[in-house]
Order: sequence, then C-alpha cells, then structure tokens
Amino acid sequence: MYQLVVRVLASLPLVALLSGVAIADSQEILIDDVWARATVGASRPGVVYLSLRNTGGIAVNLTAIRTDIAARAEAHISETDANGVSTMRPAGIVAIRAGTNVDFAPGGLHIMLMDLVEPLVEGETFELDLVFDDGGILTVSARVRGIAATGPRD
Amino acid sequence: MQQRRVMGIGATAVAAIGMMFFVGWWQVDGPGAPDPIGQRPIPLTEMAFSLTDHEGNAVGPEALLGNPTMAFFGFTYCPDVCPTTLSDISDWLDALGDEADPLNVIFITVDPERDTVAAMAEYVSYFHPAIRGWTGPEEQIARAAEGFRAVFERVPTDDGDYTMNHTAGVFLFDAEGQFVTTIDYHEAREFALPKIRRALQQEMEETT
Repeated sequence: MYQLVVRVLASLPLVALLSGVAIADSQEILIDDVWARATVGASRPGVVYLSLRNTGGIAVNLTAIRTDIAARAEAHISETDANGVSTMRPAGIVAIRAGTNVDFAPGGLHIMLMDLVEPLVEGETFELDLVFDDGGILTVSARVRGIAATGPRD
Repeated sequence: MQQRRVMGIGATAVAAIGMMFFVGWWQVDGPGAPDPIGQRPIPLTEMAFSLTDHEGNAVGPEALLGNPTMAFFGFTYCPDVCPTTLSDISDWLDALGDEADPLNVIFITVDPERDTVAAMAEYVSYFHPAIRGWTGPEEQIARAAEGFRAVFERVPTDDGDYTMNHTAGVFLFDAEGQFVTTIDYHEAREFALPKIRRALQQEMEETT
C-alpha cells in the first residue's frame, strides 16, 4: 500500500505538491556564479565553478554533468591533507541538502572538463547541462575567465 | 615473605610499565620523536639538482643564492589547485610591488613528461612575469623534491590519463638559502605577505 502511494505521488508531482508532500525537485535549485578558467590549448583539462542553492525542502542530488565542449564532465574534489599534499578525486554524486548551498570553488569541488573539443577562451561562454536525481536538467551558461582568475568576478 | 615477593613483583611490573610508557613517549612525542613527514626543507646550499628554466637556461639551487626565494611544486595539467596557487602568488607579488623585486619565484613541475620547456614557457606567461618555470628529468625533479621535503605521485585516472598528487605549499628561503617558512595552500594574503616580508627582510639584514 505504501509503495503504491509513493508510486502515485511520484507520477503526480503536482498533486503531491498541492497536497503538501514535498518531493525532490530540481526546480528548487538556484544556480549562480557559473564560470570556467581559460585553458592553454585543448589537451589540458578545463574546470568550471558555480554555486548551487537548494531552496526546497528536500535534498536534491546532482548526478551528472553534460556539455558539448568536452567529451566528459565530472564533479571532482581537490583536498589538501595535514602534510600539505594536494590530491584530486572524482566527487561522485553531489547532494544539495534542503535549504543549503553547495559551492564549487577553487581548491575544493569543481567540474572537471576532460578531453576538451576546443580550448576555453577568455570572454567566451558555453553551456552545461546539470542533471539531477529527479530527472530534472538545468542548463547554465559558463563564462570563461582568464587562467589567473580565482573567482566569478574581479 | 610470600606477600613481600608479590609486592616486589608488583613494583617491578609497575616500574616496567612506567618505563614502557616513558620509552613510548620519548619515541612518539618526546625528544626521540622522528621528524614529521612535513619536515623542514634542507638549506638550498645543501641541495643538488640540475633543471632547465622556461627560457632554456640550466638552473639549480645555486642559481637561487644571493636572493630570497619563493618556490613551489605543481604541474600545468592541474586545472584547479596549481592555477589558484599561481594566481595567489601573482596577487602577492602585485601587492608587494617593488619590494618583491629581489625575490626568485620558482614553479617546479612534478610532471616533466607533459611539462616540457615550451609548455612551461607558455603556461607561466599567463601569470606574474617574475614567476620562472623549472622542468627537467624526473630523477632531478625527485632530487629537488627530496631537498624541499616535498612529495609527488602519479595517479592514473579512469580515462587512462593521469593526474599528480603533490605538496601544494609555497616554500620561502632567505638570500643565504636558509629555509624561512611555508605558506600553506590558498593561505590568506594577510598571512602570506608578512611571511614573504620575513624572507625579504632577512636578506636586508644580511646585506646591511
């Protein structure tokens, strides 16, 4: 019975919302400060930073990133340990808990662009699709800043 | 008699346990403790390695003596941490202005396979002009890293490519080649600038 209710609610998100039941909803995600760092050529990986805010009442997971400018785009995380050694690894699925911000910023979470189709050139923009676990896809535009940029604006 | 022997054994046991703790303390936290992994770099005067700068000049630690030095390890295929460090360094150099003129600023690659002299030249051109890029044979880079007590490791990625783990701090030496201090990765400017000034000041004291 419970499973049936869940299935019905899942298939009727509008009803679920109207009845006051919160469901994971990527429409509640606000994305801001999307920027990329210019690359030297296309053989080096690119990087995109952005800020995600979940204004809804339920956690939303960022499950995949797609873009035409690179063969693959993945959430990665840089970490520096107690000995000052910096490492980088895939971050997997990134959860944005209800009412919280997740910032992709230098030295932490970032979107790695692997096998760039073309170099990222300062001043240009390109699109990224962010795919969430509710099936929602948000398309954002990343502005390419200089290699020496450390944030979305000066 | 029986009781006394038991007490004697007890006292010996307590003394032995005490000794054990003392030896443990001595070796772990006390004067006998080994240097932590993040130990101090040796003086530049005691280092020996031969690399090539981004203009093709033969360079080594001896090329740095006579001026204070700021050095760090990285690689140009690093999308996140290394450009951030190079930007931070550029920002510190801009903030110091003429004051930073005597400073050697060295970026040593840990990825010589991809970071050729030409690759280093192009990459450093996007940052502060004082930054010099050094590359060379891997065993020479390993010798340099050993002197700085820095580590690096090649890590394969899923797509058959690789990335590098490496010590991300920025090392400061005075004009005599003595280690002054380290600026941690992405340390705030208000902490970084006084550290650089310390390396610069030591130079001034020694020359006046």
